[in-house]
Amino acid sequence: MPRTDTPLEIPEGMEPVATRPQCLSDMPFTYCPGCTHGTIHRLIAEVIDELGVADRAVAIAPVGCAVWAYEFFDLDGIQAPHGRAPAVATGVKRAAPATVIFTYQGDGDLAGIGIAEVTHAAARGERITCFFVNNAVYGMTQGQMAPTTLLGQKTTTSPRGRDLRRDGFPLRICELLATLDGAAYVERVAVIDPPSIRNAKRAIRRAFQVQLEDRGFGLVEFLSICPT
Amino acid sequence: MKGNEAAAEGAIAGGCRFFFGYPITPQNEIPEYMALHMPEVGGVYLQAESEVAAINMVFGAGAAGARVMTSSSGPGIALMQEGLSYIIGARVPCLVIDVCRGGPGLGNIGTSQSDYWMATRGGGHGDGRCITFAPATLQEQYDLCREAFDVAERYRHPVMILSEAALGQMMEPVVLQPRAEPPPLEKPWQLGGPRHGRPKRVINSLYAQPPDLAVQNRELAALYEQVTREQTRWQELGDDDPEVLIVAFGIPARCSETAMERVAERGIRTRLVRPISLFPFPYEPIRRWAQVAPHTLVAEASIGQMVDDVRLAVGDASQVTLFPVLGGLITTPEEIATEICRIVGR
Repeated sequence: MPRTDTPLEIPEGMEPVATRPQCLSDMPFTYCPGCTHGTIHRLIAEVIDELGVADRAVAIAPVGCAVWAYEFFDLDGIQAPHGRAPAVATGVKRAAPATVIFTYQGDGDLAGIGIAEVTHAAARGERITCFFVNNAVYGMTQGQMAPTTLLGQKTTTSPRGRDLRRDGFPLRICELLATLDGAAYVERVAVIDPPSIRNAKRAIRRAFQVQLEDRGFGLVEFLSICPT
Repeated sequence: MKGNEAAAEGAIAGGCRFFFGYPITPQNEIPEYMALHMPEVGGVYLQAESEVAAINMVFGAGAAGARVMTSSSGPGIALMQEGLSYIIGARVPCLVIDVCRGGPGLGNIGTSQSDYWMATRGGGHGDGRCITFAPATLQEQYDLCREAFDVAERYRHPVMILSEAALGQMMEPVVLQPRAEPPPLEKPWQLGGPRHGRPKRVINSLYAQPPDLAVQNRELAALYEQVTREQTRWQELGDDDPEVLIVAFGIPARCSETAMERVAERGIRTRLVRPISLFPFPYEPIRRWAQVAPHTLVAEASIGQMVDDVRLAVGDASQVTLFPVLGGLITTPEEIATEICRIVGR
């Protein structure tokens, strides 16, 4: 990973009005221009700073575009196998209950290969927070069909659009998990404009709060944009 | 006590305080014992939704510095290979017990050693190995499980115990030691808990730049050389001028011991080398005795897996014969004695 070693210089007579959250590192994002991962990273980092839990927070990174999330957050981190982040988070939380732990997963990771792990973590009421970034494609592998790809949506592996008879329906993760008694907080948000971004930050804060208040499992789904 | 209980109590006595698992025969007494007894020592037992989840819970708890384990049998250990590979790559100590049953596929629940390749070559994909020990008695099963966490933490690497259905299900007397407290959690690499301003720590197996992964894998290779120097274990007994060298571990090794007494009555001289560590494999004593014995007999409860390693040790020095016990069947001393007589022609 390339690292920027030169800090930004503030010109004479000017002062910064917006800065990087403390728990985001100075590692440049690897995300494409137009992708909303950067926005979501920043919102999570701002909330962790504001809650004052950076000292005991652990980030579990997925497989996919956010595989380097442990580099971007200036927090303890683990890079988990594809889809298994909620199981890894369970192990950390059980061994170190004072830890504030979150997984950061895409739709292939969480809704595809990892649907068992997230579902059972929610059913157990595991005191973890999952951030589910749903851009409806496998982005890292260049845009194949995902479990959340919409009907008719064109991807590299549904070149004529997602076909109901062949591929079936997309999964609605929030609706599925909200049926579980162990899930204390499940919300879907957008990150497309200032009001929706402010709302997403509110949801992140609440999802962390149910963990901090020992109330159960929390998940926020972000409807995200993949420009690739 | 029962073999699976001996394994579980051994792990607790060795300081294990976290167990994540999923039911599968013939190892169910291990999670059942843990569910009952972990609370007595302030530990955590959690039943996972699958072996895939169980090994990843082990990954997480191990990353947090805990003494943690799981157990399963062949089909479940196969599902754990992905997680094991990450655990090896990320250098997280833990214990995995495989109470081996017959395979491939669903196979059966009979006793077997047919996970030898998976245990000694596996640890999933990539350039990793598993430090693997194989007990032959329940006392040894208890002792190895008790010691496993010290070994795992010494090398910051998972340890596997390759047991067998028969060793899990049978009963023998076992001398128990007091349950040790795990050493204080703090390890220089563990994460979770308050940082108190220290730099962040990452548990990771991703090295996207090939030169970086090459460095990491060279370190692993050096670690395995050190493990080979320090952990190669075997037991040997028998004549000093053997006609037949017997190589066997676990249950077939016990049958071989009795068979050696039977053929000694006919004046046939034998020596047994019983590997206790399967990786690192005791090539050296096997090579040494193969220089003396014109015949080498490999008795194993599989289609012929460990025989690969024996052939590597023996080369052309001795004629290698495989005595495979297949399908979950159990061999008898008489069968092995008959095979020894056939080989030497007496």
